[in-house]
Amino acid sequence: MKEYDSVLAARGKNRLCASEYIDGMLDSFTELHGDRCFGDDTAVIGGIGRLCGMPLTVIGIEKGRQTKERIYRNFGSAHPEGYRKALRLMKQAEKFSRPVLCLIDTAGAFCGVDAEERGQGQAIANSLYELSTLRTPVLSVIIGEGGSGGALALAHADRLWMMKGTYFSVVSPESCANILWKDTTRAAEAAEALKLTPKDLEGLGLIDRICQLLPADSEKEKKDAYMKMLASDVFSEVKHLNELPVEQLIEERYEKFRRVGRISESAGEQHVRVI
Amino acid sequence: MIFKDFFLKPNNQLEGSQQEQTDTEKMVACSRCGNAIAVNIIRASYFVCPNCGHYFTMRARRRIMMLTDRRSFVEHDAGLQSENILGFPEYEMKLQTAQEKSQEKDAVVCGRATISGYPCCIFVMEAKFMMGSMGAVVGEKITRLFEYAAENHLPVIGATVSGGARMQEGMVSLMQMSKVSAAVKRHSDQGNLYIVLLTSPTTGGVNASFAMQGDIILSEPRAIVGFAGPRVVEQTLKQKLPENFQRAEEVLKCGFIDAIVPRKEQKEYLANLLSLHGGEKVEGV
Repeated sequence: MKEYDSVLAARGKNRLCASEYIDGMLDSFTELHGDRCFGDDTAVIGGIGRLCGMPLTVIGIEKGRQTKERIYRNFGSAHPEGYRKALRLMKQAEKFSRPVLCLIDTAGAFCGVDAEERGQGQAIANSLYELSTLRTPVLSVIIGEGGSGGALALAHADRLWMMKGTYFSVVSPESCANILWKDTTRAAEAAEALKLTPKDLEGLGLIDRICQLLPADSEKEKKDAYMKMLASDVFSEVKHLNELPVEQLIEERYEKFRRVGRISESAGEQHVRVI
Repeated sequence: MIFKDFFLKPNNQLEGSQQEQTDTEKMVACSRCGNAIAVNIIRASYFVCPNCGHYFTMRARRRIMMLTDRRSFVEHDAGLQSENILGFPEYEMKLQTAQEKSQEKDAVVCGRATISGYPCCIFVMEAKFMMGSMGAVVGEKITRLFEYAAENHLPVIGATVSGGARMQEGMVSLMQMSKVSAAVKRHSDQGNLYIVLLTSPTTGGVNASFAMQGDIILSEPRAIVGFAGPRVVEQTLKQKLPENFQRAEEVLKCGFIDAIVPRKEQKEYLANLLSLHGGEKVEGV
Protein backbone atom coordinates (compact mmCIF):
# COMPACT_ATOMS: atom_id res chain seq x y z
CA MET A 1 0.00 0.00 0.00
CA LYS A 2 2.98 2.32 0.63
CA GLU A 3 3.60 2.29 -3.09
CA TYR A 4 0.19 3.65 -3.94
CA ASP A 5 0.57 6.33 -1.24
CA SER A 6 3.70 7.38 -3.05
CA VAL A 7 1.71 7.70 -6.29
CA LEU A 8 -1.04 9.71 -4.62
CA ALA A 9 1.49 11.97 -2.89
CA ALA A 10 3.28 12.55 -6.19
CA ARG A 11 0.00 13.80 -7.62
CA GLY A 12 -0.85 15.81 -4.51
CA LYS A 13 -0.92 19.56 -4.01
CA ASN A 14 1.95 19.67 -1.54
CA ARG A 15 4.56 19.24 -4.25
CA LEU A 16 6.86 21.82 -5.71
CA CYS A 17 6.37 22.34 -9.44
CA ALA A 18 9.09 22.54 -12.07
CA SER A 19 8.83 26.34 -12.15
CA GLU A 20 9.44 26.51 -8.41
CA TYR A 21 12.62 24.45 -8.75
CA ILE A 22 13.69 26.70 -11.62
CA ASP A 23 13.10 29.82 -9.50
CA GLY A 24 14.72 28.33 -6.43
CA MET A 25 17.80 26.67 -7.88
CA LEU A 26 18.90 29.02 -10.62
CA ASP A 27 20.64 32.40 -10.34
CA SER A 28 18.71 33.51 -13.42
CA PHE A 29 16.42 32.02 -16.06
CA THR A 30 15.55 33.19 -19.58
CA GLU A 31 12.53 31.40 -20.95
CA LEU A 32 12.41 30.49 -24.64
CA HIS A 33 9.22 29.55 -26.42
CA GLY A 34 7.95 27.51 -29.32
CA ASP A 35 8.80 24.44 -31.38
CA ARG A 36 9.29 26.41 -34.64
CA CYS A 37 6.78 24.12 -36.36
CA PHE A 38 3.37 24.40 -34.82
CA GLY A 39 3.16 26.38 -31.59
CA ASP A 40 4.22 26.83 -28.00
CA ASP A 41 3.20 24.16 -25.54
CA THR A 42 2.50 25.71 -22.15
CA ALA A 43 2.91 22.36 -20.38
CA VAL A 44 6.64 22.49 -21.10
CA ILE A 45 8.87 25.29 -19.81
CA GLY A 46 12.22 25.65 -21.53
CA GLY A 47 15.06 28.10 -21.46
CA ILE A 48 18.58 28.96 -20.42
CA GLY A 49 19.50 29.37 -16.81
CA ARG A 50 22.54 29.94 -14.68
CA LEU A 51 23.26 27.36 -12.01
CA CYS A 52 26.03 28.20 -9.52
CA GLY A 53 27.34 30.53 -12.22
CA MET A 54 27.24 27.95 -15.05
CA PRO A 55 24.89 28.43 -18.03
CA LEU A 56 22.69 25.40 -18.72
CA THR A 57 19.53 24.57 -20.63
CA VAL A 58 16.56 23.68 -18.46
CA ILE A 59 13.43 21.87 -19.56
CA GLY A 60 10.57 21.37 -17.13
CA ILE A 61 7.17 19.76 -17.45
CA GLU A 62 4.99 22.14 -15.50
CA LYS A 63 1.71 21.27 -13.79
CA GLY A 64 1.00 24.64 -12.23
CA ARG A 65 -0.26 25.25 -8.72
CA GLN A 66 -3.60 27.09 -8.77
CA THR A 67 -6.56 25.81 -10.77
CA LYS A 68 -6.30 28.55 -13.36
CA GLU A 69 -2.63 27.86 -13.90
CA ARG A 70 -3.16 24.13 -13.95
CA ILE A 71 -5.62 24.56 -16.79
CA TYR A 72 -3.18 26.88 -18.59
CA ARG A 73 -0.47 24.20 -18.17
CA ASN A 74 -2.83 21.46 -19.37
CA PHE A 75 -2.19 19.73 -16.00
CA GLY A 76 1.35 18.96 -17.09
CA SER A 77 0.42 16.81 -20.07
CA ALA A 78 2.47 17.83 -23.09
CA HIS A 79 1.39 17.82 -26.71
CA PRO A 80 3.83 16.81 -29.47
CA GLU A 81 4.93 20.45 -29.83
CA GLY A 82 6.05 20.38 -26.19
CA TYR A 83 8.45 17.51 -26.89
CA ARG A 84 9.56 19.23 -30.10
CA LYS A 85 10.24 22.46 -28.21
CA ALA A 86 12.24 20.49 -25.63
CA LEU A 87 14.26 18.79 -28.36
CA ARG A 88 14.87 22.08 -30.17
CA LEU A 89 16.29 23.57 -26.99
CA MET A 90 18.38 20.49 -26.27
CA LYS A 91 19.90 20.64 -29.77
CA GLN A 92 20.60 24.31 -29.08
CA ALA A 93 22.31 23.32 -25.84
CA GLU A 94 24.43 20.85 -27.79
CA LYS A 95 25.49 23.57 -30.22
CA PHE A 96 26.61 25.89 -27.45
CA SER A 97 28.02 23.10 -25.25
CA ARG A 98 25.61 23.73 -22.40
CA PRO A 99 24.53 20.83 -20.19
CA VAL A 100 20.81 20.02 -20.01
CA LEU A 101 18.69 19.64 -16.90
CA CYS A 102 15.19 18.11 -17.27
CA LEU A 103 12.63 18.38 -14.48
CA ILE A 104 9.92 15.78 -15.05
CA ASP A 105 6.43 15.88 -13.57
CA THR A 106 3.70 14.48 -15.79
CA ALA A 107 0.90 11.97 -15.57
CA GLY A 108 1.66 11.21 -19.22
CA ALA A 109 1.80 12.70 -22.68
CA PHE A 110 -1.54 14.30 -23.58
CA CYS A 111 -4.06 11.88 -24.99
CA GLY A 112 -6.36 13.51 -27.53
CA VAL A 113 -7.30 13.69 -31.19
CA ASP A 114 -5.13 16.74 -31.92
CA ALA A 115 -2.11 15.28 -30.12
CA GLU A 116 -2.47 12.09 -32.17
CA GLU A 117 -2.86 13.99 -35.42
CA ARG A 118 0.30 15.96 -34.75
CA GLY A 119 2.25 12.79 -34.02
CA GLN A 120 2.58 12.25 -30.28
CA GLY A 121 4.34 8.94 -30.87
CA GLN A 122 6.70 10.38 -33.45
CA ALA A 123 7.57 13.32 -31.17
CA ILE A 124 8.51 11.01 -28.28
CA ALA A 125 10.32 8.60 -30.61
CA ASN A 126 12.38 11.43 -32.04
CA SER A 127 13.26 12.71 -28.59
CA LEU A 128 14.61 9.29 -27.55
CA TYR A 129 16.42 8.92 -30.87
CA GLU A 130 18.17 12.30 -30.78
CA LEU A 131 18.94 12.30 -27.05
CA SER A 132 20.78 9.00 -27.43
CA THR A 133 23.64 10.80 -29.17
CA LEU A 134 23.27 14.37 -27.89
CA ARG A 135 26.82 15.68 -27.55
CA THR A 136 26.30 17.38 -24.20
CA PRO A 137 25.49 16.01 -20.74
CA VAL A 138 21.85 15.47 -19.75
CA LEU A 139 20.62 15.10 -16.16
CA SER A 140 16.95 14.31 -15.61
CA VAL A 141 15.10 14.43 -12.31
CA ILE A 142 11.65 13.03 -11.62
CA ILE A 143 10.20 15.67 -9.28
CA GLY A 144 6.61 14.35 -9.14
CA GLU A 145 4.91 12.00 -11.53
CA GLY A 146 6.87 9.92 -14.02
CA GLY A 147 4.04 8.92 -16.32
CA SER A 148 5.16 6.41 -18.94
CA GLY A 149 6.39 7.48 -22.41
CA GLY A 150 5.56 11.12 -21.79
CA ALA A 151 8.09 11.19 -18.97
CA LEU A 152 10.57 8.82 -20.63
CA ALA A 153 10.92 11.21 -23.60
CA LEU A 154 12.92 13.54 -21.36
CA ALA A 155 14.59 10.81 -19.31
CA HIS A 156 17.05 9.47 -21.88
CA ALA A 157 19.78 11.01 -19.76
CA ASP A 158 23.32 10.39 -18.54
CA ARG A 159 21.98 10.50 -15.00
CA LEU A 160 18.43 9.84 -13.89
CA TRP A 161 17.49 10.98 -10.40
CA MET A 162 14.23 10.70 -8.54
CA MET A 163 12.98 12.68 -5.59
CA LYS A 164 11.73 10.71 -2.61
CA GLY A 165 7.99 10.08 -2.75
CA THR A 166 7.71 10.19 -6.54
CA TYR A 167 7.07 7.39 -9.01
CA PHE A 168 8.06 6.37 -12.53
CA SER A 169 5.90 3.77 -14.22
CA VAL A 170 5.15 2.13 -17.55
CA VAL A 171 1.43 2.56 -16.88
CA SER A 172 -0.68 4.27 -14.22
CA PRO A 173 -1.67 1.86 -11.44
CA GLU A 174 -5.35 2.56 -12.19
CA SER A 175 -5.03 1.65 -15.88
CA CYS A 176 -2.96 -1.38 -14.98
CA ALA A 177 -5.63 -2.61 -12.56
CA ASN A 178 -8.29 -1.90 -15.14
CA ILE A 179 -6.50 -3.81 -17.90
CA LEU A 180 -5.48 -6.78 -15.76
CA TRP A 181 -8.42 -7.20 -13.43
CA LYS A 182 -11.07 -4.87 -14.88
CA ASP A 183 -11.15 -3.24 -11.48
CA THR A 184 -9.65 0.22 -10.86
CA THR A 185 -10.14 -0.16 -7.09
CA ARG A 186 -7.20 -2.58 -7.12
CA ALA A 187 -4.82 0.22 -8.10
CA ALA A 188 -2.87 -0.12 -4.86
CA GLU A 189 -2.14 -3.76 -5.66
CA ALA A 190 -1.04 -2.79 -9.16
CA ALA A 191 1.20 -0.03 -7.78
CA GLU A 192 2.96 -2.59 -5.63
CA ALA A 193 3.43 -5.03 -8.51
CA LEU A 194 4.72 -2.40 -10.93
CA LYS A 195 7.79 -1.58 -8.80
CA LEU A 196 7.46 2.11 -9.47
CA THR A 197 8.90 3.76 -6.36
CA PRO A 198 12.36 5.36 -6.28
CA LYS A 199 13.55 2.67 -3.90
CA ASP A 200 12.31 -0.16 -6.12
CA LEU A 201 13.83 1.42 -9.20
CA GLU A 202 17.11 2.04 -7.46
CA GLY A 203 17.11 -1.59 -6.42
CA LEU A 204 16.60 -2.58 -10.05
CA GLY A 205 19.50 -0.33 -11.03
CA LEU A 206 17.35 1.83 -13.28
CA ILE A 207 17.99 5.16 -11.55
CA ASP A 208 21.17 6.75 -10.24
CA ARG A 209 20.16 8.64 -7.14
CA ILE A 210 17.26 9.36 -4.79
CA CYS A 211 17.11 13.02 -3.74
CA GLN A 212 15.59 14.52 -0.63
CA LEU A 213 12.14 15.97 -1.10
CA LEU A 214 10.84 19.19 0.39
CA PRO A 215 7.08 19.67 0.90
CA ALA A 216 5.73 22.72 -0.92
CA ASP A 217 4.39 24.27 2.29
CA SER A 218 7.81 24.44 3.98
CA GLU A 219 9.03 27.73 5.42
CA LYS A 220 10.99 30.05 3.21
CA GLU A 221 14.28 29.57 5.08
CA LYS A 222 14.07 25.83 4.80
CA LYS A 223 13.19 26.13 1.14
CA ASP A 224 16.14 28.40 0.39
CA ALA A 225 18.57 26.05 2.10
CA TYR A 226 17.08 23.06 0.28
CA MET A 227 17.28 24.71 -3.13
CA LYS A 228 20.87 25.71 -2.49
CA MET A 229 21.77 22.14 -1.59
CA LEU A 230 19.96 20.72 -4.62
CA ALA A 231 21.59 23.26 -6.94
CA SER A 232 25.00 22.34 -5.62
CA ASP A 233 24.30 18.60 -6.09
CA VAL A 234 23.17 19.15 -9.68
CA PHE A 235 26.11 21.45 -10.33
CA SER A 236 28.75 18.99 -9.15
CA GLU A 237 27.19 16.08 -11.12
CA VAL A 238 26.86 18.10 -14.31
CA LYS A 239 30.35 19.54 -13.92
CA HIS A 240 31.74 16.03 -13.62
CA LEU A 241 29.83 14.88 -16.74
CA ASN A 242 30.98 17.97 -18.61
CA GLU A 243 34.60 17.06 -17.99
CA LEU A 244 34.28 13.69 -19.72
CA PRO A 245 35.33 13.51 -23.38
CA VAL A 246 32.13 13.70 -25.48
CA GLU A 247 32.72 10.30 -27.13
CA GLN A 248 33.03 8.66 -23.72
CA LEU A 249 29.90 10.43 -22.50
CA ILE A 250 27.86 9.09 -25.43
CA GLU A 251 29.36 5.61 -25.15
CA GLU A 252 28.52 5.47 -21.46
CA ARG A 253 24.99 6.70 -22.15
CA TYR A 254 24.58 3.94 -24.73
CA GLU A 255 25.80 1.33 -22.27
CA LYS A 256 23.58 2.70 -19.51
CA PHE A 257 20.46 1.85 -21.50
CA ARG A 258 21.99 -1.17 -23.27
CA ARG A 259 22.22 -2.88 -19.88
CA VAL A 260 18.50 -2.57 -19.11
CA GLY A 261 17.01 -6.03 -19.43
CA ARG A 262 20.17 -7.44 -20.96
CA ILE A 263 19.98 -11.17 -21.36
CA SER A 264 22.91 -13.24 -20.34
CA GLU A 265 23.67 -16.58 -21.86
CA SER A 266 25.53 -19.16 -19.90
CA ALA A 267 25.82 -22.88 -20.52
CA GLY A 268 23.14 -22.76 -23.17
CA GLU A 269 20.69 -21.12 -20.84
CA GLN A 270 19.52 -17.58 -21.05
CA HIS A 271 18.64 -15.41 -18.14
CA VAL A 272 17.15 -11.98 -18.20
CA ARG A 273 19.00 -9.61 -15.94
CA VAL A 274 17.36 -6.36 -15.13
CA ILE A 275 20.60 -4.56 -15.85
CA MET B 1 7.35 -20.14 -58.88
CA ILE B 2 4.41 -17.96 -58.14
CA PHE B 3 4.01 -16.52 -54.72
CA LYS B 4 0.84 -18.21 -53.58
CA ASP B 5 2.57 -21.58 -53.80
CA PHE B 6 4.30 -20.67 -50.59
CA PHE B 7 1.04 -20.81 -48.80
CA LEU B 8 -0.19 -23.97 -50.43
CA LYS B 9 3.00 -25.83 -49.76
CA PRO B 10 3.66 -25.67 -46.06
CA ASN B 11 7.03 -27.42 -46.24
CA ASN B 12 9.11 -24.33 -45.67
CA GLN B 13 11.48 -24.29 -42.73
CA LEU B 14 9.40 -21.55 -41.18
CA GLU B 15 6.30 -23.67 -40.98
CA GLY B 16 6.46 -25.52 -37.72
CA SER B 17 3.01 -27.02 -37.43
CA GLN B 18 1.54 -30.07 -39.03
CA GLN B 19 -2.03 -28.87 -39.02
CA GLU B 20 -1.58 -27.14 -42.37
CA GLN B 21 -2.79 -30.02 -44.54
CA THR B 22 -6.10 -30.26 -42.76
CA ASP B 23 -6.75 -26.54 -43.09
CA THR B 24 -8.05 -26.78 -46.64
CA GLU B 25 -11.49 -27.64 -45.39
CA LYS B 26 -11.53 -25.30 -42.44
CA MET B 27 -13.62 -22.14 -42.68
CA VAL B 28 -13.21 -18.91 -40.76
CA ALA B 29 -15.46 -15.88 -40.51
CA CYS B 30 -14.03 -12.56 -41.65
CA SER B 31 -14.00 -10.27 -38.63
CA ARG B 32 -15.17 -7.35 -40.75
CA CYS B 33 -17.80 -8.62 -43.22
CA GLY B 34 -18.64 -11.83 -41.41
CA ASN B 35 -18.46 -14.02 -44.52
CA ALA B 36 -17.16 -17.53 -44.11
CA ILE B 37 -13.99 -18.15 -46.09
CA ALA B 38 -11.95 -21.32 -46.52
CA VAL B 39 -8.57 -21.07 -44.82
CA ASN B 40 -6.69 -22.14 -47.96
CA ILE B 41 -8.33 -19.33 -49.92
CA ILE B 42 -7.36 -16.78 -47.29
CA ARG B 43 -3.85 -18.11 -47.39
CA ALA B 44 -3.66 -17.87 -51.16
CA SER B 45 -4.93 -14.30 -51.07
CA TYR B 46 -2.23 -12.99 -48.74
CA PHE B 47 -4.54 -13.19 -45.73
CA VAL B 48 -6.79 -10.53 -47.17
CA CYS B 49 -10.54 -11.20 -47.23
CA PRO B 50 -11.48 -11.79 -50.91
CA ASN B 51 -14.92 -10.43 -50.14
CA CYS B 52 -14.35 -7.13 -48.32
CA GLY B 53 -10.60 -6.59 -48.48
CA HIS B 54 -10.12 -6.85 -44.70
CA TYR B 55 -6.53 -7.51 -43.66
CA PHE B 56 -6.26 -10.47 -41.31
CA THR B 57 -3.53 -10.29 -38.70
CA MET B 58 -0.58 -12.30 -40.00
CA ARG B 59 1.61 -14.56 -37.94
CA ALA B 60 5.20 -13.37 -37.75
CA ARG B 61 6.71 -16.39 -39.51
CA ARG B 62 4.17 -16.31 -42.27
CA ARG B 63 4.99 -12.68 -42.88
CA ILE B 64 8.66 -13.50 -43.04
CA MET B 65 7.84 -16.17 -45.61
CA MET B 66 5.81 -13.66 -47.56
CA LEU B 67 8.51 -10.99 -47.56
CA THR B 68 11.74 -12.95 -47.89
CA ASP B 69 13.22 -15.35 -50.41
CA ARG B 70 12.55 -19.01 -49.92
CA ARG B 71 14.95 -20.64 -47.49
CA SER B 72 16.96 -17.44 -47.10
CA PHE B 73 15.84 -16.65 -43.54
CA VAL B 74 18.30 -17.37 -40.77
CA GLU B 75 16.86 -16.73 -37.34
CA HIS B 76 18.79 -14.83 -34.67
CA ASP B 77 18.47 -15.25 -30.91
CA ALA B 78 15.65 -17.77 -31.23
CA GLY B 79 16.15 -19.06 -27.70
CA LEU B 80 15.62 -15.87 -25.72
CA GLN B 81 12.62 -15.94 -23.47
CA SER B 82 11.12 -13.73 -20.81
CA GLU B 83 11.32 -14.26 -17.10
CA ASN B 84 9.25 -12.77 -14.35
CA ILE B 85 11.90 -10.26 -13.36
CA LEU B 86 9.66 -8.17 -11.12
CA GLY B 87 7.76 -11.10 -9.60
CA PHE B 88 4.59 -9.71 -11.18
CA PRO B 89 1.44 -11.64 -10.23
CA GLU B 90 0.32 -14.26 -12.76
CA TYR B 91 3.00 -13.28 -15.28
CA GLU B 92 4.55 -16.76 -15.59
CA MET B 93 1.12 -18.15 -16.37
CA LYS B 94 0.49 -15.47 -18.97
CA LEU B 95 3.84 -16.14 -20.59
CA GLN B 96 3.14 -19.84 -20.74
CA THR B 97 -0.28 -19.30 -22.28
CA ALA B 98 1.18 -16.87 -24.81
CA GLN B 99 3.90 -19.34 -25.73
CA GLU B 100 1.40 -22.14 -26.24
CA LYS B 101 -0.94 -19.94 -28.22
CA SER B 102 1.71 -18.46 -30.47
CA GLN B 103 4.27 -21.26 -30.56
CA GLU B 104 6.84 -18.51 -30.11
CA LYS B 105 9.18 -17.82 -27.20
CA ASP B 106 8.34 -14.10 -27.22
CA ALA B 107 6.68 -11.38 -29.27
CA VAL B 108 9.26 -10.84 -32.03
CA VAL B 109 11.08 -13.00 -34.59
CA CYS B 110 14.44 -11.64 -35.78
CA GLY B 111 16.99 -12.73 -38.32
CA ARG B 112 18.67 -12.09 -41.62
CA ALA B 113 17.41 -12.96 -45.08
CA THR B 114 17.30 -11.85 -48.67
CA ILE B 115 14.42 -10.05 -50.36
CA SER B 116 14.46 -10.69 -54.13
CA GLY B 117 18.16 -11.34 -53.68
CA TYR B 118 18.96 -8.26 -51.60
CA PRO B 119 20.42 -9.09 -48.19
CA CYS B 120 18.90 -7.47 -45.10
CA CYS B 121 18.07 -7.99 -41.46
CA ILE B 122 14.42 -8.38 -40.61
CA PHE B 123 12.30 -8.38 -37.48
CA VAL B 124 8.61 -9.14 -37.40
CA MET B 125 6.48 -8.78 -34.30
CA GLU B 126 4.00 -11.48 -33.31
CA ALA B 127 0.50 -10.29 -32.39
CA LYS B 128 -0.47 -13.68 -30.96
CA PHE B 129 2.08 -13.23 -28.18
CA MET B 130 0.49 -10.87 -25.65
CA MET B 131 -0.58 -8.51 -28.43
CA GLY B 132 3.01 -7.95 -29.52
CA SER B 133 3.85 -6.29 -26.23
CA MET B 134 7.44 -5.22 -25.70
CA GLY B 135 9.36 -6.50 -22.72
CA ALA B 136 13.05 -7.09 -22.13
CA VAL B 137 13.28 -9.91 -24.68
CA VAL B 138 11.66 -7.95 -27.52
CA GLY B 139 13.90 -4.98 -26.73
CA GLU B 140 17.00 -7.14 -26.50
CA LYS B 141 16.36 -9.07 -29.72
CA ILE B 142 15.67 -5.95 -31.77
CA THR B 143 18.67 -4.15 -30.24
CA ARG B 144 20.91 -7.10 -31.07
CA LEU B 145 19.57 -7.13 -34.61
CA PHE B 146 20.38 -3.45 -35.14
CA GLU B 147 23.85 -3.97 -33.66
CA TYR B 148 24.44 -6.94 -35.96
CA ALA B 149 23.14 -4.97 -38.95
CA ALA B 150 25.37 -1.99 -38.11
CA GLU B 151 28.41 -4.23 -37.84
CA ASN B 152 27.65 -5.90 -41.17
CA HIS B 153 26.37 -2.77 -42.97
CA LEU B 154 22.98 -4.31 -43.61
CA PRO B 155 19.63 -2.57 -43.93
CA VAL B 156 16.92 -3.45 -41.40
CA ILE B 157 13.30 -4.11 -42.31
CA GLY B 158 10.93 -4.14 -39.35
CA ALA B 159 7.24 -5.09 -39.34
CA THR B 160 5.56 -3.82 -36.20
CA VAL B 161 2.40 -4.87 -34.41
CA SER B 162 2.07 -4.01 -30.76
CA GLY B 163 -0.12 -2.71 -28.00
CA GLY B 164 2.94 -1.12 -26.40
CA ALA B 165 5.29 -1.80 -23.53
CA ARG B 166 4.58 -4.90 -21.43
CA MET B 167 3.11 -3.87 -18.07
CA GLN B 168 4.31 -7.01 -16.32
CA GLU B 169 7.93 -5.94 -16.74
CA GLY B 170 7.32 -2.42 -15.44
CA MET B 171 10.04 0.15 -16.04
CA VAL B 172 12.35 -2.48 -17.51
CA SER B 173 9.96 -2.74 -20.43
CA LEU B 174 9.45 1.04 -20.75
CA MET B 175 13.19 1.56 -20.92
CA GLN B 176 13.43 -0.87 -23.84
CA MET B 177 12.15 2.09 -25.85
CA SER B 178 15.32 3.96 -24.94
CA LYS B 179 17.55 0.95 -25.53
CA VAL B 180 16.21 0.17 -29.00
CA SER B 181 16.12 3.86 -30.00
CA ALA B 182 19.82 4.22 -29.21
CA ALA B 183 20.64 1.13 -31.32
CA VAL B 184 18.51 2.42 -34.21
CA LYS B 185 20.37 5.77 -34.05
CA ARG B 186 23.78 4.07 -34.11
CA HIS B 187 22.78 1.95 -37.08
CA SER B 188 21.51 5.07 -38.84
CA ASP B 189 24.57 7.20 -38.05
CA GLN B 190 26.67 4.64 -39.90
CA GLY B 191 24.67 5.31 -43.05
CA ASN B 192 22.47 2.22 -42.94
CA LEU B 193 18.88 2.00 -44.09
CA TYR B 194 15.93 1.17 -41.83
CA ILE B 195 12.46 0.60 -43.27
CA VAL B 196 9.42 0.22 -41.05
CA LEU B 197 6.31 -1.64 -42.14
CA LEU B 198 3.46 -0.68 -39.81
CA THR B 199 0.76 -3.29 -39.37
CA SER B 200 -2.41 -3.09 -37.34
CA PRO B 201 -2.27 -2.08 -34.57
CA THR B 202 1.02 -0.29 -33.84
CA THR B 203 0.42 1.73 -30.70
CA GLY B 204 1.94 2.72 -27.35
CA GLY B 205 5.62 2.39 -26.61
CA VAL B 206 6.43 0.72 -29.91
CA ASN B 207 4.77 3.55 -31.81
CA ALA B 208 6.64 6.08 -29.67
CA SER B 209 10.01 4.49 -30.43
CA PHE B 210 11.30 2.28 -33.24
CA ALA B 211 8.06 2.24 -35.28
CA MET B 212 8.47 5.97 -35.94
CA GLN B 213 12.25 6.00 -36.44
CA GLY B 214 12.56 4.50 -39.91
CA ASP B 215 14.17 6.32 -42.82
CA ILE B 216 11.11 5.13 -44.69
CA ILE B 217 7.84 4.31 -42.94
CA LEU B 218 5.38 2.12 -44.85
CA SER B 219 2.03 0.86 -43.68
CA GLU B 220 -0.54 -1.74 -44.54
CA PRO B 221 -3.91 -0.33 -45.62
CA ARG B 222 -6.25 0.69 -42.80
CA ALA B 223 -3.74 -0.20 -40.07
CA ILE B 224 -4.36 1.46 -36.70
CA VAL B 225 -1.33 3.62 -35.97
CA GLY B 226 -1.20 5.89 -32.95
CA PHE B 227 0.34 6.58 -29.57
CA ALA B 228 -2.68 6.18 -27.30
CA GLY B 229 -4.85 3.36 -28.64
CA PRO B 230 -8.28 4.36 -30.01
CA ARG B 231 -10.11 2.90 -26.99
CA VAL B 232 -7.92 4.87 -24.60
CA VAL B 233 -8.54 8.11 -26.50
CA GLU B 234 -12.26 7.39 -26.58
CA GLN B 235 -12.40 6.69 -22.85
CA THR B 236 -10.33 9.76 -22.00
CA LEU B 237 -12.34 12.14 -24.15
CA LYS B 238 -15.63 10.37 -23.50
CA GLN B 239 -16.71 10.86 -27.08
CA LYS B 240 -17.09 8.65 -30.12
CA LEU B 241 -14.21 8.97 -32.57
CA PRO B 242 -14.52 9.15 -36.35
CA GLU B 243 -14.30 5.76 -38.06
CA ASN B 244 -11.05 6.60 -39.83
CA PHE B 245 -9.31 7.95 -36.70
CA GLN B 246 -5.72 6.62 -36.49
CA ARG B 247 -6.15 4.64 -39.71
CA ALA B 248 -2.99 4.58 -41.81
CA GLU B 249 -4.66 6.62 -44.57
CA GLU B 250 -5.35 9.45 -42.09
CA VAL B 251 -1.92 9.17 -40.48
CA LEU B 252 -0.38 9.49 -43.95
CA LYS B 253 -2.39 12.68 -44.52
CA CYS B 254 -1.01 14.01 -41.21
CA GLY B 255 2.49 13.39 -42.57
CA PHE B 256 3.78 10.45 -40.56
CA ILE B 257 3.75 7.66 -43.14
CA ASP B 258 5.57 7.59 -46.49
CA ALA B 259 3.32 5.16 -48.34
CA ILE B 260 0.59 2.59 -47.91
CA VAL B 261 1.48 -0.67 -49.58
CA PRO B 262 -0.95 -3.55 -50.16
CA ARG B 263 0.29 -6.93 -48.95
CA LYS B 264 0.81 -8.56 -52.28
CA GLU B 265 3.04 -5.69 -53.41
CA GLN B 266 5.12 -5.43 -50.26
CA LYS B 267 7.96 -7.75 -51.20
CA GLU B 268 8.54 -6.11 -54.55
CA TYR B 269 8.21 -2.67 -52.97
CA LEU B 270 10.84 -3.48 -50.36
CA ALA B 271 13.14 -5.02 -52.97
CA ASN B 272 12.98 -1.83 -55.01
CA LEU B 273 13.80 0.31 -51.98
CA LEU B 274 16.71 -1.95 -51.08
CA SER B 275 18.04 -1.67 -54.61
CA LEU B 276 17.64 2.14 -54.58
CA HIS B 277 19.85 2.21 -51.50
CA GLY B 278 22.71 0.40 -53.13
CA GLY B 279 21.69 -3.14 -52.26
CA GLU B 280 23.60 -5.73 -54.25
CA LYS B 281 21.94 -8.97 -55.15
CA VAL B 282 23.51 -12.13 -53.88
CA GLU B 283 23.13 -15.38 -55.78
CA GLY B 284 22.25 -18.81 -54.55
CA VAL B 285 21.21 -17.98 -51.01
